[in-house]
Amino acid sequence: MRSSHKILLLSLLVLGLAAGKKNADPEILNVSYDPTREFYKEYNAEFMNYWKATGGGKIVIKQSHGGAGKQARAVMDGLPADVVTLALAYDIDVIAERTGLLPADWSTRLPNNSAPYTSTIVFLVRKGNPENIRDWDDLVRPGLEVITPNPKTSGGARWNYLAAWAFALKRELGTLKDLDKLDPAVMKAAEKKAMAFVSGIFEHVPVLDAGARGSTNTFVQRGIGDVLLAWENEAFLSINELGPENFEIVVPSISILAEPSVSLVDKNAEAHGVKAIAEAYLQYLYSPAGQRLAAKHYYRPAYPQFADAKDISRFPRVELFRIDEVFGGWQKAQKTHFNDGGTFDRIYLK
Amino acid sequence: MNAIKKHRVLPGFGLSLGTSLFYLGLIVLLPLSALIFRSSALGWQGLWEILGSERVLRSYRLTLGTSFAAAGVNAVFGFIIAWFLVRVKFPGKKIVDSLIDLPFALPTAVSGIALTAIYSRNGWLGAPLEALGIKVAFTPVGITFAMILVGLPFVVRTVQPALEELETELEEAALSLGAGRWKTFCRVIFPMVLPSLMTGFAMAFARALGEYGSVVFIAGNMPMKTEIASLLIITKLEQYDYAGATAIAIGMLAISFLLLLLINGLQSWSSRRLKGI
Repeated sequence: MRSSHKILLLSLLVLGLAAGKKNADPEILNVSYDPTREFYKEYNAEFMNYWKATGGGKIVIKQSHGGAGKQARAVMDGLPADVVTLALAYDIDVIAERTGLLPADWSTRLPNNSAPYTSTIVFLVRKGNPENIRDWDDLVRPGLEVITPNPKTSGGARWNYLAAWAFALKRELGTLKDLDKLDPAVMKAAEKKAMAFVSGIFEHVPVLDAGARGSTNTFVQRGIGDVLLAWENEAFLSINELGPENFEIVVPSISILAEPSVSLVDKNAEAHGVKAIAEAYLQYLYSPAGQRLAAKHYYRPAYPQFADAKDISRFPRVELFRIDEVFGGWQKAQKTHFNDGGTFDRIYLK
Repeated sequence: MNAIKKHRVLPGFGLSLGTSLFYLGLIVLLPLSALIFRSSALGWQGLWEILGSERVLRSYRLTLGTSFAAAGVNAVFGFIIAWFLVRVKFPGKKIVDSLIDLPFALPTAVSGIALTAIYSRNGWLGAPLEALGIKVAFTPVGITFAMILVGLPFVVRTVQPALEELETELEEAALSLGAGRWKTFCRVIFPMVLPSLMTGFAMAFARALGEYGSVVFIAGNMPMKTEIASLLIITKLEQYDYAGATAIAIGMLAISFLLLLLINGLQSWSSRRLKGI
């Protein structure tokens, strides 16, 4: 709360300064999460040019980045976001539910569940893959150390957790399709096995950093662990920054389709009189230009045909499942697995 | 009212009283009341359920234990450093003196990352210590180290002025009256510095209780083992459980307030005793 209030105060201050400057150009604020920093920097410039070229005039786009959960809370506490581009649909759901700033069915308003780009969970291993880690079941091999952030505090870690869980389910059931039509007893037995499997993975986790960047730091700088579970785009960024001679990416047999979602914050955008710009801003993400940039910044674009072929070739083929198919959506997954008393807590409380 | 007025030496009593109350209310009490307001949705029952849960109790125990240990270590070494700075003249003293304040200015995340780098398995000190079978990073020991770093300036900066004011005549008198060096220290110097040492201890302790940024990197954050109270609060916030988060904070605040009250009580008792001598 302390930090979100700080953000609020700060943003009020910034707004106050902005108002004092008598800036006549319309302005939109995009509240996003951490790893999109580089992408939106480039995208904003692109969109501003596009908007000007199509006769919309000069506009200003402001960005705010931070942990997705923290950013969502800041918007709930009054950070005047016109659009939100966060890590989880769940984060936007909560804003809709608690504040009514946007309608509950926000995710149906744009194509692809309002996810213009997607990502997935991959393994980052040390160069040459000395432990020969190929798939999820390698993670429970004796002596291996696995680095993941804490699913209670990190959105990214929740994807890791669910991907591992689904792998175990598929191993038990042979498929992830039509799980709701299964015999509940069979499903229950499979879930028990999945819980044991995930629990086994966490026995190999020596430290639970609070956020994804913290985990990357532990794995890369501290040299702790044999494998880091990470978002694909983050893994690419790490390799880019830290040198391909040190690390490589391993793609497991199955992983989760991570859909970082975007939405208009209707009431804020209307109050600021920038609804049309904000809507166009989000729609342009689906344009060839937007898609090309997303792929350039290591996100899997919703329409790969628009992206550069060489960018697309970086993404290995992998069987991806949607969270809705296996876990019945974020709200439910959050409740079953990550809220107090959920499966993650039970791993450590037993 | 008149009687008070007569005896007042400094002018502006009304103004300063008003300003103090207003300022305290605005800066301290207002946010605190928002805290209580946020958690009031829980009711007593809900509050007790959260505060009584094993995970929260363990995190309180860990936070209080490590903070206490850190403040204790700081009291000892802070005193020695303050003594050194006051009594010993050497070139470059100003530089050492300013070094003391650095932990105040250091962003806590930076100190956390720096400490983890040193004490983790492949770190300068972590590697040799690990060879001896001592693990620092990702254990309560590491948490204590982080708290020691952020708390040190409080002890040094409160003890230093007290030592500076200490009249050397008193020491000389004690020595000339036949007290040994150790006795002079224990019976003359230490009691006079004790009140400020306790203030420093209390401040270092309080600072450690609320520390998040530097601790979270070195703690390892393993549930039930190395989760500090502030981390549990963040955990609750990530679930958008504002009431739960504030409940843990209120529990922590209540404990801290009682402890600080106790320490302050002891402190004023010892300084009264000192005046009595």
